[in-house]
Amino acid sequence: MGTIVEMLGVNKRYGSNHVVKDLNLTVNEGEFLTLLGSSGCGKTTTLRMIAGFEEPTTGTIKVEGTPVEEKEPYERNVNTVFQTYALFPHKTIFDNIAYGLKMKKVPKEEIRERVLEMMEMVQLTGFEKRYPAQLSGGQKQRVAIARALINRPRVLLLDEPLGALDLKLRKQMQLELKRLQKKLNITFIYVTHDQEEALTMSDRIAIMHDGIVDQLDTPTEIYEHPATRFVATFIGETNTYDGCVTSINDGIATITLENGAVKVKCDDSFSILEYATISVRPEKMRFSKEAHEGFELVAIVKDYIYVGSVLKCIVSLPNGNELKIERLAGQELPEIGSRIYPYWEPEDAVLIHNDSYKIFKILDEIKLA
Amino acid sequence: MENFSKLLSVDYLKIYARSMLISLMTTVLCVLIGYPFAYVIARTKSKSRQLLYMLVIIPFWTNSLIRIYGWRSFLGNSGWLVKALQYLHIIQEPVDFLYKTGTTVLGMVYCFVPFMVLPLYTAIEKLDGSLLEASSDLGARPFHTLFEVILPLTSSGIFSGCIMVFIPCLGYFFVSNILGGGNTDMIGNLIERQFKSANNWPLGAALSIILILLTLLLVKLYQKLGGDMENLGV
Repeated sequence: MGTIVEMLGVNKRYGSNHVVKDLNLTVNEGEFLTLLGSSGCGKTTTLRMIAGFEEPTTGTIKVEGTPVEEKEPYERNVNTVFQTYALFPHKTIFDNIAYGLKMKKVPKEEIRERVLEMMEMVQLTGFEKRYPAQLSGGQKQRVAIARALINRPRVLLLDEPLGALDLKLRKQMQLELKRLQKKLNITFIYVTHDQEEALTMSDRIAIMHDGIVDQLDTPTEIYEHPATRFVATFIGETNTYDGCVTSINDGIATITLENGAVKVKCDDSFSILEYATISVRPEKMRFSKEAHEGFELVAIVKDYIYVGSVLKCIVSLPNGNELKIERLAGQELPEIGSRIYPYWEPEDAVLIHNDSYKIFKILDEIKLA
Repeated sequence: MENFSKLLSVDYLKIYARSMLISLMTTVLCVLIGYPFAYVIARTKSKSRQLLYMLVIIPFWTNSLIRIYGWRSFLGNSGWLVKALQYLHIIQEPVDFLYKTGTTVLGMVYCFVPFMVLPLYTAIEKLDGSLLEASSDLGARPFHTLFEVILPLTSSGIFSGCIMVFIPCLGYFFVSNILGGGNTDMIGNLIERQFKSANNWPLGAALSIILILLTLLLVKLYQKLGGDMENLGV
């Protein structure tokens, strides 16, 4: 797989507002890459810079190896599906889809053939003569996708294309989009704030936070090995604990928390007396009625939440922090108000460097000096 | 009825034709000048937009008669324009710019550009920016985007602007009086003269009715073609 889009040291500022910070991103040919983040994290700006609607303040953007940041949108071999669809209201569905080919001066016969073929692919046959105002949200969405795909772009940029659809339609369109992408083998760069959508559709996810890519990896890696505290809490449900590494033995670290010591698997990048964050998914959490070796956590059962497929147990630690624990199949439920001992297998938890650790380190250095 | 039949004489028909021609020229020029101006105002962000908008409105606050007299002294054979051109040695002898069809059109355009700009501004402001981005994204150069997207989607604004310029233009008389010097009589002048100097009120009334009917016809046509009355300020 070759590289198709490359962003090197890209920055975008609006006045004093630094929206995208020193972004480096490589997109492989034929992959489905999602830019995921909450609103205002810079993901849409990044997409708009690739499309050519925004110019980076500094940095280089390459598409198929050639720098494009000086090129106008109409000179770039990428197409966009807009969040608001942006269909031309005065043109029929046929003319909307044919627009790109018409601009390229493709012969009329070929345009007709390709538009009809494309309409069939997105299941819109028979809608040629209608106007966008006569279509439902899902249908407009399909027109927008067809209008972009008919140009056979090397890269398709999608800016929250499913945001305006209801849940059921959204799920259906997710699968359809994924199917189209595989079939046409076009690189998709997809922007969304919906983490479930990202996990379902993507080959790789770039999690953006405050204009920075926190982690770029496969959905599984991101879920199981979050690189930052933000990623851990943003993707799925998790329990986090802040503490200090007090000892490391054979790749297992003992972390001292406010509520007692626990054990976590760790790698060489951690050192003793470092501040770190532990993330444990609710389904990886365990509890027992007796203290588990190496774990000093004690908690009180507060509540049970039934969410259909699983039962979640909310327990409270002495400092007031709440944890979520998924009940294992067949496990006996302690009464509300009773005392339990939460624990986990050391390899099921993830240890994450804590940024505030750096601040402590700097403070220490200042003190020493 | 006599008066109505008089209206069909060749002399009068000439004046109708001239009125139409001058109004048409004024309207076309107003579109050509007003459109880019309205586009710039509508697409400018924040503060400077208010300022540009004010620049269109402020001349309204001065009586148009006074403004037209201003043009007369500017264009007259001892006016500033002639002096400036002589100073620059572009012309040697004074040239009279006044009392020509072109001068009347100039005055008309000057008076009516704001009437064109305001409906255009409303239409262009409503234009969704993402449509322009989409057009560019799909490979359309700015020229194509203009003809494929911008103009069709603002056509209602162009249309109501044209109506708002063309109709009052037909009846305006003082511009052709002052700048045309009686050489470019229009329907308006004719009516004015019947009432004021010729004292032929019945003929003036008949002419007025013709003008009103013409106006109604145009407005009806505008509605027929899907024009929105609100854009005319009705």
